[in-house]
Parts: sequence; structure tokens; C-alpha cells
Amino acid sequence: MVVNVTLDRVTKRFGSVVAVRDVSIRVGRGELVVILGPSGCGKTTTLRMIAGLERPDGGRIFFDDLDVTDVPANKRDVAMVFQSYAIWPHMTVYDNIALPLKLRKIREDEIKRRVREAAELLKIDHLLNRHPHQLSGGERQRVAVARAIAFSPKVLLMDEPLSNLDALLRLHARAEIKRLQRKLNMTTVYVTHDQIEAMVLADRIVVMNKGVVQQVGPPDEVYNKPANIFVAEFIGTPPMNLFKAKVEDEALVAGDLKLEIPEHSSKVFESLRGKTVVVGIRPEHIHLDEKLTDLDSVQLEGTIELVENLGSEEVVHVRVGDVLLKAKHPGRLATREGLVKMYINIRNLHVFDPEEGIRVM
Amino acid sequence: MARGFTKSILSYLVAISIVVWILAPILLSLLSAFIRVEYYYGGSSIIPLSPQAYTLDNIRLLLILGAHSALIRSFQVGVIVVILSVILGIPAGYALGRFILRGGGTVKLIILSFRLIPVALITVPIAKLLLTVGLYDSVVGLALVHTALALPFVILITANIFASIPKDLEEAGLVFGMSRFQVLLRITAPLALPGITASALFAFLISWNEVFAASVLTLTERTLPAFVISALGGGTRGVAPDPFKFAAILFLVLPAILIMAYIRRYLIVMWGATR
Repeated sequence: MVVNVTLDRVTKRFGSVVAVRDVSIRVGRGELVVILGPSGCGKTTTLRMIAGLERPDGGRIFFDDLDVTDVPANKRDVAMVFQSYAIWPHMTVYDNIALPLKLRKIREDEIKRRVREAAELLKIDHLLNRHPHQLSGGERQRVAVARAIAFSPKVLLMDEPLSNLDALLRLHARAEIKRLQRKLNMTTVYVTHDQIEAMVLADRIVVMNKGVVQQVGPPDEVYNKPANIFVAEFIGTPPMNLFKAKVEDEALVAGDLKLEIPEHSSKVFESLRGKTVVVGIRPEHIHLDEKLTDLDSVQLEGTIELVENLGSEEVVHVRVGDVLLKAKHPGRLATREGLVKMYINIRNLHVFDPEEGIRVM
Repeated sequence: MARGFTKSILSYLVAISIVVWILAPILLSLLSAFIRVEYYYGGSSIIPLSPQAYTLDNIRLLLILGAHSALIRSFQVGVIVVILSVILGIPAGYALGRFILRGGGTVKLIILSFRLIPVALITVPIAKLLLTVGLYDSVVGLALVHTALALPFVILITANIFASIPKDLEEAGLVFGMSRFQVLLRITAPLALPGITASALFAFLISWNEVFAASVLTLTERTLPAFVISALGGGTRGVAPDPFKFAAILFLVLPAILIMAYIRRYLIVMWGATR
């Protein structure tokens, strides 16, 4: 039976290094939570503490109301898909999936049924008698997932399960994991450094950096309302344009770059007047050559430095004074060099405090 | 295309020359073990062609001289060495290989540095020690000394074997419901076993080939190499006919070759080349 998982102010130190600091997360029953962050941010350590492979130095971990902080890994009834898959090389695929069930003293015919079921679900039923060294990377990954699913754990943990697959296979496996998790309704904690993977899979994303939780929320919220500069930069490709600007009476000013504040929205900036802020704008919110008639839209002019053709769209680098802006443009841009006009809806701006990095607007 | 062809021909030629260079003397001496003394010294060619030139008499003579019991003794010593060095070496190797110990690298170096002291230098003090405890000229006494010689290698080899087993495999065992002991039994041991067997055989070889300590520390209870030296070398002032010596070489070399053939594929892992 699946449970909900609660981490309450969990801390982990390795020597003098604090790997995870005061992390509190709640994962609901059947929910898929993705912990997202750069390498070394403490996301894997957090996962390993839920698994029982690391003991927290502070804080408690609960499965439903049960405090499992001091329960060893083998008594927690969790399953894990390791980044390396950790398929036991001296056993057949069948034994890899069946052994954890045998240890639980489940009846032989029941074990057979569950192995078969998991194998069919992951389309590896024809590989059950093979040894791991006879399998491809993608097949091994499926075996690791099948082993975890057949275990019917209280919590399913996944540690970058797709990072060792090639690009095409990864897209395929990503969709499949989503489909399986929906179907089996398993409480899942999924760790990755790939923001697109997180956006696609997650019910909620936990963004971590340097051992600290930066933001928790549904993918849309994390994308549209990043809580701080780190989250704003980390999520989205190409990353959000960020530049320092001074809030003056009628404009945001960064050197030669002047973003006029339309009268219509001048009230919004009133409280920030005279202050220096970090302004953020996503590349897809800079429109080139297509005039926005909205009351809140403003116009900018810059010089095209580079056009990156991505097939369905183009990323255009435009310089305005000292600021280099990247704009996403669907289709092909008519002008490839020289001056270009840009239109920005002021409501799409993100404004951050330059010292703390936290969102102020 | 033509260049690649010449290149591969060249590399084959070099490889074949090396193999011939190593193999020819070995094969020749093994063959000579079966040549009658009169043919060996009187024959016109190094390898006599007539079937009457070959005999088992050389080997028979060696057995009469005592090679038989020396052979058994060598096995006894070797087996004790294997048992002791595996019992002592596996826990030490596991601790070093799994980085349980702080400063494991230094410990490894210290262990290895014991082998820097030449055996010849410590043999006499050891002889005195064995005399005091009453183990001089005994299978057990020699086995203890050989264990001391083999143990550093067994520890370093098993350390590398354990280090080469991914930790994830053991952790997967823990997550999927195994106790630490079950992990050791069902995952670590089966994966380490072939390598440990190879390192045990390596320890056996060290003991089997060791001649200096064996000669000094025994008088009557000689192992095979010590017996060969005393019976055919020192004992006869080197005048024993060559075919007898070759027969002795056969006894010495055959087990070594068989064991080496088995552990060959583990040697690379054993010395940590894959890390």
C-alpha cells in the first residue's frame, strides 16, 4: 500500500560540509514529486535518506504517520531505481525481479505472477532468462524499473534513471515512466538535473541548490513565477534573460537599455522607484517584428548579433547597449542582421531583489 | 589498406617471435625430462627422433630420491598458506577495498612495504624463532612463514576485487529487503568469489615457488623446490645429469602453469588496472 512521505527539517552533513539543510517536503499518496537541481545540490542525498541508505543528522522522516527515521533500509519497503540501474549481474533478469519478493516470503506462484506482470508492463517478458550482460542499456533500465514495480513498494524512488540513455530513448522512456506512474498510482520521488524531464514528469517540482530547497510547486508555477534568481535561471531553455536595472520614474534603465513603463502599469513599480533590481524576461516573451498592441507592451530596439536556427524556431541574440537579450522566434526571421524591433509585455517581466535574489514582483 | 596489412603482418611477426622466445626453452626443458641420459649426452640432435630415446625413468628416479614426499609436503604447505591467507586476507581486503578504513592508501603501502625486506635477510632470525617455539623443520612452521610472504599480495588483490564491485549493487540489496549479512551472502560473495579463488591460487603459487626460506627453515621436511636444490644442486655439487634436472623442473613448473592458466583472466582486475 502506498503512503505519503514527509520530510521534516531534514539535515545531512558529510564532515564539515552540509549536503542537505533543513529540507521539508511532503509527497502525497500517488503523487510524483521531482527533486530538481544541479549536481552536488543534495538531491540524491535527500533521496538516499528517504531510502534509508543515509541517516539524517537532524530532522525526521515519516511514511504516513510512522516515523521511519531510524528504520533501516531493508525494513522500509521502498524500491529504488539507481542511476547505474544496479541490476545484479550474477542473476538472470527473472531472479533480479523475483529475489526481493522471495525475501518477503511470498508464495512461489504469486512471485511468478508478479514477475510476469511487471515484465509484460515493461515489455521485457522475452528477456527473463537472460543475464544482464546480454542486455542493452535501455533493456537494463527497464529491468530496474520492473524490479521496483514488482516489489509494490510503499514509495518508489528514482535517481536519474534516464541519464545513461541516449537522447531518443530517453524521450521514449520518459513518457513511459509517466504513463506507468499514472497507471499504478505510486507515490514517487524522482531525482534529476534535467529541467525538461522535471517539467514533463512532475506533479510538483522541488528545486534545490546547495542543500537548500529554493521553491516547491507545480511545474507551471515554478516556470511562471520563479521564487528567486536561481530558479529563474535554472529552468527554461534558453535560460531567462536577466539584467540589473534602475527603476526610474518612467522607465527601467540599464545603460542604453530603457524599458518604458506604460502609464497603465506605472502603479505597479511605484514601491520600487529609485531602487536597483534584477529584471528577468523569458526568451519567448520577447517578440520580434510582431507589434503587440496591448496597453502593457513596450518597444525596444537592438542589433542582431547571432541567429541560432533550431528548425521549428530561432534563438536570436540581440544587443541593446551592454545587455545581450536572447529572443525565441517561431519560424524564420525576415531580417538576419542589423537593427530589429522588440516588443515586450511588461506583465511578463520578473523582478528580483539584487542582493537576496528573491522575487519582488 | 596496404599499409594496415603490412602493419598487422609486422605485429604478428613480433608477437610470434616473443612467444617462441618464451615458449621454446620451456618446451625444450619439459621434453628433455623424458630423454634417456645416454641419448641426451650421446645423441646428435637436441631432440632425438627415435622413440627408444624417451623414458619415464628420470621421473621414477626422482621419486625414489624423495620427490614424492616433497611433492606432498609442498601441497600441504600450500594448502595451509591458502587457508590462512584467505581467512586473514579477506576481511582486511574488504575493509581496504570498501574504504572503511581512514588512510587506506597508507595502510596498503605499509602492507606492501613488508615485502621490500629481502627474505634472505630475515630468514636466519626466523629460523631462530622457529627453533625456540619448536616449529623448525616442520610443515606448519614453513607454512606460517609462507603465509607472511603471501598475505600482503592477498590483501591487496582482494582489496581491488572488493573495490571493483559497485557499491550500488550492495545498496540495491539493502533497499530491496536484504540484511547486511544477506547482502554479503547473496551479492558480494558470489561476485567476489572467482577473484578470491584466483588470489588464493596466487598465494599457493607463491608458496609453491618459494625456495630460499624453504631451504633454510627445513632439513628433512623439504618442500619440492628445496628438495630439488639439495638433491640435484648443492647435494651433488651440480654433477647430476641434466635430464634429472629437467625432470625436477617438470614437477615444479607444471602446477604453476596450470594455475596461471586459470587465474590469467583475473590478473588484470587483481592488480587494479580496471579502476
